[in-house]
Amino acid sequence: MNETIAKGHLSEEQIDKDLLKNVNWGGKFKLWMGFLTVSLIICLYYYYQQLQNGLGVTGLHDYVSWGIYISNFVFFVATSLIGMLVSSVLGMMKVEWVRPVARIAELVALAFAMVAGLIIITDMGRPDRLLNVFIHGRVQSPIVWDIAVVVTYVVISGLLLYIPMLPDIALCRDKLNNVPKWQQKMYRSLSLGWNNTAKQFRLMNRYTRMLLILIIPIALSIHTVTSWLFAMTLRSGWDSPIFGPYFVSGAFVAGCAAVIIAMFFFRNNYKLKEYITADHFDRMGKLLVLVALVYVYFNINEIIVPGYKANTADAKHVHEMLYGHDSVMFWLVQLGGLVIPFLLILFKPMRKPLPLTIIAVVILAGAWFKRVLIVVPTQLAPYYPIQNVPEGWTGYSPTTPEVAITVASFILVVMIITVLAKLFPVVPIWEVKEDMNHKNNK
Amino acid sequence: MNMANKNDKSRRRFLQKLGIAGASTVAGSALLLQGCSDSNKASGNKVKVLTADNKLVEVDVAHLKPGDKIQDLKYLQKRGREGIPGKKFVMVVDLAKCKNARKCMKACQSAHQLKPEMHHLNVLEMEDPVKKTSYWMPKTCQHCDNPPCVSVCPVDATFKRQDGIVLIDNERCIGCRFCVAACPYSARTFNWTEPKNSDKMADVTYDMELNVPQKKGTVTKCAFSADQLRHGKLPYCVSACPNGVYYFGDQNEDLVTNGTTKKTVRLSHLLEENAAYTLMPELGTQPSVYYLPPRESEG
Repeated sequence: MNETIAKGHLSEEQIDKDLLKNVNWGGKFKLWMGFLTVSLIICLYYYYQQLQNGLGVTGLHDYVSWGIYISNFVFFVATSLIGMLVSSVLGMMKVEWVRPVARIAELVALAFAMVAGLIIITDMGRPDRLLNVFIHGRVQSPIVWDIAVVVTYVVISGLLLYIPMLPDIALCRDKLNNVPKWQQKMYRSLSLGWNNTAKQFRLMNRYTRMLLILIIPIALSIHTVTSWLFAMTLRSGWDSPIFGPYFVSGAFVAGCAAVIIAMFFFRNNYKLKEYITADHFDRMGKLLVLVALVYVYFNINEIIVPGYKANTADAKHVHEMLYGHDSVMFWLVQLGGLVIPFLLILFKPMRKPLPLTIIAVVILAGAWFKRVLIVVPTQLAPYYPIQNVPEGWTGYSPTTPEVAITVASFILVVMIITVLAKLFPVVPIWEVKEDMNHKNNK
Repeated sequence: MNMANKNDKSRRRFLQKLGIAGASTVAGSALLLQGCSDSNKASGNKVKVLTADNKLVEVDVAHLKPGDKIQDLKYLQKRGREGIPGKKFVMVVDLAKCKNARKCMKACQSAHQLKPEMHHLNVLEMEDPVKKTSYWMPKTCQHCDNPPCVSVCPVDATFKRQDGIVLIDNERCIGCRFCVAACPYSARTFNWTEPKNSDKMADVTYDMELNVPQKKGTVTKCAFSADQLRHGKLPYCVSACPNGVYYFGDQNEDLVTNGTTKKTVRLSHLLEENAAYTLMPELGTQPSVYYLPPRESEG
């Protein structure tokens, strides 16, 4: 019944042509990259300022010493988790419809995971001493665990993108004769002498399967460990044993939304309507409903349990969230960014590509602000009063350099995805063909 | 704990000025204030200093030169990490006596080269939710025996010494501020911008026991004035207090000395007789700072 692979009518040549035609460096691409590069340079100027003058150029202070850099880091790690859910969990369960979009999910995962590491560096007071983490690293610090798992996740995600792409890289090597020399050379070396033998496929499938299994615990650990950066402290609002699963479930919401947005972009700009179909959006929408429901469940736990018991510090924290200082952002994020969108997606017309993408953008924005709500308010409610400091220290508002540096991280993600999607086909060609042949033989 | 005599005091003031307090006076150390060359003009301003073989000599200010810098840093780093053997430093804060004079804060900020908004020691106005009164509470680093800040530090830049003091090595700190997040007492502060007097302090060798010079992009906090303790003196805040709020001493000796009255009392008696408590003992951090409750009449 699989309608998603509605391309039984397409010839192999047509598929090759459709899916390879994006591998080029057209004028549009150059314009887009030029725009991104200029924006990035502007943002990097602010980072230069920060390096010169210290973190004082940000809105951070002794009482909110982790702000939008750390929130953004959590958001990036969260979004990167989707690669694991889509390609690994669904892939191993032989959910066929994900195959054409699995590579997009992997691209999103890899780009966000790579940049997450850089965001941490922008938050460091002494980035020049980064090597100290390796020279003097101590295993009992969750930061050291985080670095270890994020690096591992980037490597495994990279391999998970690369190894199943071998047949397609070989196709690029064989069919793309009008690309620059260096690119041909790159395909030649990256394809590792692939020539579609049964043995090669067997090997590839075996290694892919191994990676798919391996990535599940690693993906779970990166976000669990990231949550532990907070949960391992004695601060109320952070000191919660369900922070690990709470973060992981939230991660899938953000990741699904990001993949839907990327799907929409590729479908329209790369003219892939035959391959990334309306049915894909419908199913991604349903997946989003599922993960959003789980996340709502965890959110209820996070508020009701401490709120009901209301020990002094927790009561204050929950009160600030529900009615106090942070309530506007809290309700906007919970209702506007999570509950209402997911109720809307329950209706089929809302799972059509355009409405679903718009909803996904809202969810993704909500997910970003949700991370700010996790990171910042807890610090503004310390156990001992905030006194004898400048007035502004009872609150937190990010400065222009801080926002610009955060924007830079998004620009980098878009750049990475753009370049990778120009070097390689975004839809796995050999898998599409395999599915089609499989169907035609039935 | 031995009390500072007059000689000690004048010496200390001078060395504070020089900003090389710990470095220059330690007995038996490898570092020295090198020679009094006659070519320098004497200023007539004499000070007493301890030599390496533990002799007290008087020299002219103009003749003082710090010893070899690199060696000093290495030595100071090693000494700073090891701490003072056989000691377990504790502080007792008598809230009934605090009148918010803030001399302690001032002394602390000047010793550690802190900007006005940076507090190793912060005198807070605390509300008593039951009695609806308020009282003043000086809050320092609690020098916990189970310090959450030390556990989370990724690079061992903040650590617990054998004498119970939790210190920071700002030569190693990467500025991740995980310790700031982890400290339930909000005892830590960060050099968000170029520290105070950074140009004047540029040539001063870093002493982690004083945590001076401060460095941009690193965390700083109360060090129990470890540099003072090394010379058998009371911390800056303790001796600056005019109201007898602070007691400081060694738990192993079971003796603490009041910084104002210089009276030495038995620690265990002081704690027992005054119903002493620690801050948020339920967190299991095991602070080394004890508080004696505020008196109702003075609330």
